Amino acid sequence: MTTLTGQPSSEAIGYSFSKATSAPIREHSFYPYTDNGGSTLGITGSDFAILAGDTRSVAGYNINSRYAPKVFKIGGDDETGEGAHILLSVVGFAADGQALKERLDAVVKMYKYQHGKPMSVMACAQRLSTIFYQKRFFPYYVHAILAGLDEDGKGALYSYDPVGSYEREQCRAAGSAASLIMPFLDNQVNFKNQYIPGSGEGHALEPKKPEPLPRNTVEQLVRDAFTSAVERHIEVGDGLQMMVITKGGIEEIYYPLKKD
Amino acid sequence: MTGFDFSNYNRNAALHAKGVPLPKATSTGTTIVGCIYDNGVVIAADTRATSGPIVADKNCEKLHYIAPKIWCAGAGTAADTEFTTALISSNVELHSLSTGRPPRVITCMTMLKQHLFRYQGHIGAYLVVAGVDPTGVGLYTVHAHGSTDKLPYVTMGSGSLAAMSVFESTWKPNLDRDGAVALCAEAIKAGIFNDLGSGSNVDVCVIEKDKPSQLLRNYIKPNERGQKERNYRFPKGTTAYLNEKVITKEDMKKYVTIEEASGDSNLMEVDM
Amino acid sequence: MNHFPEAWGRPRDDVYGPYNPSYLQTTGPKTHTQSPAVTGTSVVAVKFNGGVAIAADNLASYGSLARFTDVKRLRKFGNSAVVGFSGDVSDMQYIDRLLESIDIRENYSTHGNTLNAKNLHTYLSKVLYKRRSEFNPLWNHILVAGFDEDKKPFLSSADLLGTTFSAPHLATGFGAHLAVPILRRLFPDEKPAEAVSRDEAVAALRECLKVLWYRDARSLDKYSIAVISEAGIEIEEDQQIEAQSWAFAEAIKGYGAQVN
Repeated sequence: MTTLTGQPSSEAIGYSFSKATSAPIREHSFYPYTDNGGSTLGITGSDFAILAGDTRSVAGYNINSRYAPKVFKIGGDDETGEGAHILLSVVGFAADGQALKERLDAVVKMYKYQHGKPMSVMACAQRLSTIFYQKRFFPYYVHAILAGLDEDGKGALYSYDPVGSYEREQCRAAGSAASLIMPFLDNQVNFKNQYIPGSGEGHALEPKKPEPLPRNTVEQLVRDAFTSAVERHIEVGDGLQMMVITKGGIEEIYYPLKKD
Repeated sequence: MTGFDFSNYNRNAALHAKGVPLPKATSTGTTIVGCIYDNGVVIAADTRATSGPIVADKNCEKLHYIAPKIWCAGAGTAADTEFTTALISSNVELHSLSTGRPPRVITCMTMLKQHLFRYQGHIGAYLVVAGVDPTGVGLYTVHAHGSTDKLPYVTMGSGSLAAMSVFESTWKPNLDRDGAVALCAEAIKAGIFNDLGSGSNVDVCVIEKDKPSQLLRNYIKPNERGQKERNYRFPKGTTAYLNEKVITKEDMKKYVTIEEASGDSNLMEVDM
Repeated sequence: MNHFPEAWGRPRDDVYGPYNPSYLQTTGPKTHTQSPAVTGTSVVAVKFNGGVAIAADNLASYGSLARFTDVKRLRKFGNSAVVGFSGDVSDMQYIDRLLESIDIRENYSTHGNTLNAKNLHTYLSKVLYKRRSEFNPLWNHILVAGFDEDKKPFLSSADLLGTTFSAPHLATGFGAHLAVPILRRLFPDEKPAEAVSRDEAVAALRECLKVLWYRDARSLDKYSIAVISEAGIEIEEDQQIEAQSWAFAEAIKGYGAQVN
């Protein structure tokens, strides 16, 4: 049994309680989390949504596997995910990511069995938030992105923090290279810091208005985002897994990345 | 010599305990190797420099010049390998001048270990020293704390185990030059592809008896970046600004003398 | 009066001596396995055309002591799956008992189908994840080798956190640093598992164990190797590392100027 045997510190002023009150009790040396690295990215268009992630799994300076997918189909009819209409990407602690994916998959399947209709992406997004918050004090250590098509057939994308705060967005990057990819997306998808040349002077200069991008452009942006992240982040690489959801279904594309 | 004062170390430890972060150094989480052969020695290194998980330099040089026929591969804190090798290079040159003999690898190694030992590991330089001198071929490793090793093949850095796996499964005695270069390059490639701290290209340095040293910079480039799919040139006027002030050449003449340079860029060189 | 409320009303050090703050604690932290005791080192495995080969040495270490030199760390399950254990040996024996009881139950059951390696891996990874979530981990990193439901070679890993990943060649412990680079070099992506013969796979594992014997201070030159193929499991438990090369040794003298 661990007890505090620490001597009073030299800074104590005649009383020896600084240890007991300020120093945390040394508890479990077992740490239940690890970081498996990698990055994910989602962008929506007017009639599609793309979720992508690199396929490298990392432990420290080691590569666990060069092909460990981070993007999953949710609520499919069989093990291959056939018939699914929702996508989930998870990045962070892979074991929690796997558990979370399986939880949500079961929930979406049960919904269909019990209600006789597929779960809407909006409902699924709210439910995922609840699942996260249920583990508020022992969180799923992952950054999740959920994608699908909304009731109007428009691309829908929801991003989450590890305890369930979520938001619908046009685009989002998550994981270790998020800080590298997100500014690129702000500029190239939402046209931040871009103005229409010659449209005015000073404050009158008009910002370039963001509009939904065509699918081909988005795919190019995703590939450029990842090939660039691979150049500058050591945990990103090996392969790029891209899932595109349209009203026709889900298409999966694999694209090799650098392996160094 | 009254010894070193490490009170700054204690101060830093105390500051660190209070939550002041240490300044982040660029470290070369690295693969470096060396291997002797019949008539000389080969050292090799990858070219990735990292700062945490971020690649700070995609094509840095980790092979350092010490003397014409002594070279050093460095792992650890980039600044420490750079400055330590430069200092020892300088001292080796002076020593060679004063003795009137070509410098020896073992002299260089001894100077390095004595320097590093004095600093008790606070200089984070992990080195592979290699060269040829009148006594023969030399290959050593020097750790930051000052210990050394003398072996026919060595590896260091975060990719040392990946590189060592290549040596341990394919090294044979009595290699020739090309065999040693190929083996070292293969060991570095194992580091590049299996260790996240190592990456990009392979640099090789061959030091052979009765021949000038050869630095084969970017001997293999297995990780060239592909073409980007989109063009990211912005039309002129995309960036907003609130004020505009143009400083003309006439304005600047108030403060400095300006001479027109001709279009030939070769004339830009400054004479010392 | 001093400025520290926690010191108010407490006996003063200069009068009564230092106060033992452990008495302030009503309960100590609850402790589970904090660290492994008797441990096994690397397990290495590789897929080949028609099966999987897996190997581990026969040593159980107690810290730096080579405590038991005839411990079998490869465990057969049924006649088409093998589990390789590294990490805590007592936890290995506990998992072994779990597997034993499952095997008995399966054999008494009437449905007639048997669990394959993929089922086994799913089960074991859930056990490990559950235990880590209870802060009471089973201190093991395991490899599961065998076949999936489509009779295709299966190889996957699970660790004490419940993290799982799969690759054509895997290794645990020190092997992740030393053996995986060898296997990735011998069998690169351009040479998939279907192009690897059984003999090549076995020879590669023997080579890996030899390199581990050279460089892993917690390894042994006695080892077990199992080959899982359609024909069943062939396991050899008293292998000896052969053709060691110490050719470099005679030339080594000292660490510096020493010449004889």
